[in-house]
Amino acid sequence: MAFPFLWLLSTAFKPPRELAGLHPTWIPEAPTLDNFRQAFAQQPLAAAAGNSLLAAAVSALLAILLATPMAYVLARVRNRLSRAATGWVVISQAFPLVLVIIPLFLILKGLHLVDSRIGLIMVYVVWSLPFALWMLTGYVRSVPRELEEAAAMDGAGRLRTLVSVTAPLLAPGIVATALFAFITAWNEFFFALVLLKSPEKQTLPVVLTHFLGAEGVADLGPLAAAALLATLPSLLLFAVIQRRITGGMLAGAVKS
Amino acid sequence: MRHDPAPGRRVTRRGLLAAAAALPAAALLPGCSDGRRRPAGGRITLRFQSLAWQQDSLKANKQLVAEWNRQHPDIRVQYVQGAWPTVHDQLLTSFEGGEAPDIIHDASDDLADFAYGGDLADLTALLPPRLKRDIPQRSWETGTFDGRIHGVPFLQEPRVLIANRAELHRSGVRIPTPEHPWTWQEFEEAAQRLTRGSTYGVAWPLKEPVSATLNLALSTGGQIFHRRRDGKVEVRFDAVDQRVPRTIHDQVNVDRSASRTTLGMGGSDTLPGFFAGRYAMVPLGFSYRQQIAQQAPRGFDWTVLPAPKGTALDQGVSPQTLSIAEDCPYKEEAMAFIDFFLSPPNMVRLALGDWLLPTGQEALKDPALRVARYDWATGTALADSLRSAPAQSVRGYPEWKDKIATPGLQEYYSGAIGLDTLRKRLVEDGNPVLARYQR
Repeated sequence: MAFPFLWLLSTAFKPPRELAGLHPTWIPEAPTLDNFRQAFAQQPLAAAAGNSLLAAAVSALLAILLATPMAYVLARVRNRLSRAATGWVVISQAFPLVLVIIPLFLILKGLHLVDSRIGLIMVYVVWSLPFALWMLTGYVRSVPRELEEAAAMDGAGRLRTLVSVTAPLLAPGIVATALFAFITAWNEFFFALVLLKSPEKQTLPVVLTHFLGAEGVADLGPLAAAALLATLPSLLLFAVIQRRITGGMLAGAVKS
Repeated sequence: MRHDPAPGRRVTRRGLLAAAAALPAAALLPGCSDGRRRPAGGRITLRFQSLAWQQDSLKANKQLVAEWNRQHPDIRVQYVQGAWPTVHDQLLTSFEGGEAPDIIHDASDDLADFAYGGDLADLTALLPPRLKRDIPQRSWETGTFDGRIHGVPFLQEPRVLIANRAELHRSGVRIPTPEHPWTWQEFEEAAQRLTRGSTYGVAWPLKEPVSATLNLALSTGGQIFHRRRDGKVEVRFDAVDQRVPRTIHDQVNVDRSASRTTLGMGGSDTLPGFFAGRYAMVPLGFSYRQQIAQQAPRGFDWTVLPAPKGTALDQGVSPQTLSIAEDCPYKEEAMAFIDFFLSPPNMVRLALGDWLLPTGQEALKDPALRVARYDWATGTALADSLRSAPAQSVRGYPEWKDKIATPGLQEYYSGAIGLDTLRKRLVEDGNPVLARYQR
């Protein structure tokens, strides 16, 4: 797992002559920031990062706002409908991209939201919602129902129980799920490529392709520098939430 | 007028994916409204999607757009950045969705789908006489489909031999020039003499072997694709077609003057070995000089040699082109921009930025492109020998290339199959593929 990142890190700081060495080295002999300077000079990386940040942050927030109550219901209400809904969520993850993008196009057309940041955010919400729902359902199931029952016995109303008892216990799961949705949107390429036409709206993964020439030729140093910058946020976030994600996915998997 | 989509439109997995994505957009996406293009005051805005990606090339493109905008306040050109790896899919969705850029930068071998599909304007009547005269007919052929010009070819790239000059001198081989290039026989002998110890005479980077093989085969009169009297194209693999592939095969498998390991590599991948003296020569595109100039160790002495000559010095190329979208409501203005963009001095700036050759005859005469530095002069001397790539307008070529020719040539070059088997594959398996596109 660490190898690609370390190699990217090493490449980003190497001058061109070191990049073409027959015996590549881990540590650059003459480390340089030129690749970063060139990357920023060539492409609007900061603006693209801003677009990615906006799309990822807003879509993650919306996904959480929608997924949390839905997950609570799915986890607490066990009937044929909720089981079918859970099954549908799982199956939807297996849909090929082409099947998903067509209805999304239809929706965006109706809303006049093609080449629009709002349209892209809506797509990202729809795209990340099933997995967010699945993750959160696991978290909700991991909160013992007995705690809610105890709160009710102590006289707390349903809303009070949810706010004061369940929500604090769910908070780590909500944060982990939000960060997962954020990373998914941050790294997404195909929807952004197809849906956004205006250069000022392009996201970071799309702008990264601008460092590539015909037949796979690449401006390797600046590309590595730009890719490193694009990777860092998701890598850092992933490092922070890794345990929580694993815990969330496994939560509720075993009956107590 | 839009033409019926040709049956031979490229069908690749990526293409299918993008087409499926674009399908609903055909009817759904909002088109480019005049409101966007013509705000109050009568000024129009044209979107120019450029694929420039190298630092100098980007700078030249953006400067030219800025100069145009200064000189033409009523016809504003908006620079839009595209990317080579995604341009086909991106244009496909853009055309289907009515969101295509007005002026489109692409490669001539990528235009067939869009030209036959009616997405690109016929430029024949729009071309200014100066531009028409300046670019030779052999280059116009690369942007011509069914007799209509759909792309203005402006930059092109010959395949050359990039050689370690010290090794050349040490071996005592004759140094070829554009006026007196090696024959294929001489090239084979030179590669053998350059092979010593752990150094191979040549490294063929043939990760994508088809276009390299086809384009170089033109020098021996190889066509591979032959147009019959009824207009249909069929594959043949005659003696003249076999000369170049046989040379590569024999260098790898018989006299061992070529490295086997580089067969699966791209051009850039061979450079570390070239710099380290593992290979004395590498056949590469002319623009690779930039990477070599940037990356070669200090003191590494390299030179550019013309590709070997057969019955002629010819080789096939697919130039970069500029096109106008059929849906663009301001085609004359778009052509005026193209005319400005491709004026001789500007074509020189673009060529220098991309380390490529201009197609324009006036630009080719520019002293900046005739210098010995980085062997620019060797490249410009080769410009007359560049022809339309054999597969340029063959319908079904992409499928033939992916399913038949690429694996066939890879197996042949590695020594897994012989020439007869290769011929059977290319011809007997290949012709039914092309036939499907020509019913």
